[in-house]
Amino acid sequence: MTGTFAFDGRPVPFTEGQTVGAALLASGVYSWRRTRRRDRPRGLFCGIGVCFDCLLTVDGVPDQRACLRPAAPGLDVRTQIGTGRDDLVG
Amino acid sequence: MAIVGAGVVGAACAYFATAAGLDVTVLDRRAVAAGTTGAGEGNLLLSDKEAGPELDLALRSSRLWSEIGEDLGGATFELERKGGVVVASTPDGLAALVEFAAEQRTLGVESQPVDATGLRRLEPWISPELPGGVLYPGDMQVQPALAAARLLERARRRGARLELGVEVTGLRTHGGTVTGVETDGGTVAADVVVNAAGTWGGELSARFGAPVPILPRRGFILVTAPLPEGAIRHKVYSADYVANVASDNEGLESSCVVEGTRAGTVLIGASRERVGFDRTVSVPIVRRLAGHAVTLFPALASVDLLRVYGGFRPYCPDHLPAIGFDGRIGGLLHACGHEGAGIGLAPATGELVTQLITGAPTSVDAAAFSPDRLLGVAA
Repeated sequence: MTGTFAFDGRPVPFTEGQTVGAALLASGVYSWRRTRRRDRPRGLFCGIGVCFDCLLTVDGVPDQRACLRPAAPGLDVRTQIGTGRDDLVG
Repeated sequence: MAIVGAGVVGAACAYFATAAGLDVTVLDRRAVAAGTTGAGEGNLLLSDKEAGPELDLALRSSRLWSEIGEDLGGATFELERKGGVVVASTPDGLAALVEFAAEQRTLGVESQPVDATGLRRLEPWISPELPGGVLYPGDMQVQPALAAARLLERARRRGARLELGVEVTGLRTHGGTVTGVETDGGTVAADVVVNAAGTWGGELSARFGAPVPILPRRGFILVTAPLPEGAIRHKVYSADYVANVASDNEGLESSCVVEGTRAGTVLIGASRERVGFDRTVSVPIVRRLAGHAVTLFPALASVDLLRVYGGFRPYCPDHLPAIGFDGRIGGLLHACGHEGAGIGLAPATGELVTQLITGAPTSVDAAAFSPDRLLGVAA
């Protein structure tokens, strides 16, 4: 299965078995999250699902680990700003 | 004096003992906060205590935590006066809860009943199904490992020695009185020895030839992905938590405790089981705790869990800690068995131990905590 998914509205190609994170790296994208307090860029750190640094939003659901999420055609992948949960502001 | 255990109780003992001018050595076979202290939530609760000696100790501790916060800088160990909210799931449950709070209020525990609307004003994302609850403004929170470290840091500045990675293997006595402890690195001389080994205090006391019955009661805590500030504002827990803490059931008990942290993650507890020192993560317990949390905060259903951690509460058969001199060996004190309340009760424990050693008047009635009450009680 190969194809493309959207990252912040731009098409990103992937090949069979790639994760979202791997496909983004292969396309030259290195960061896809902005930290909560200092608005710093973040991307892959551990790459194996442990550190929760590579979070992004997939099809509207935040906190998805790019290093574990399999790429699939038509995904709507977006940069996650902060917690990605502005819907839960107190 | 030698204090065995560098958890929050040992650290508080060192803090108060050095303040009183005592010469202190703290020993731990592992690291600071490596046992139960590092595996808890850091609750400083008044709300879950009924009238009795534990409430006296908790009230004293609450005042001391505030003083320690002023002394060491509360922000450096995340001391937060966030308040607790206990919620009922039924109108009958609410009536019982309000009655319980009224009795506590006569003993100095501040509280305020709230109806369903008041509850949502306190916690915007709480389930609209809940009939109400009680706000306890005096409930606080600390980051327990930081709290232990800061207490020890101050004790060291006052001359305490900290020996980590040193295992205490036995007691040295002469004529029935303590002269020191034996360790895997040699003997440490001491005229007073404090067993502050927490859940392992039972095992240590047996090595000393003066056993106290303390057993592990396992608990797990779930950690969610970070939420925005203000998503969950208080310690929120269900009223059945109080009954579960007091239960003597060996099987799994769980009730819901939900709270935000400075880091944004939300902690979800709390299970209780007597299964020995088994650290295996139990998926059914994780599912059950998560389910409880979603009944209190339906919005949590779409929040991911980052991890699960667990630890062992030091369980004493009568649910009171053992604090004070051991009647069998001169100079030996115990300060352990606080079950799930050790972070909250640590300062008053450290103060009481120090007062007993120096012969000063005690701030709380010491008799109820005397380890001698446990003689002949099987663990």
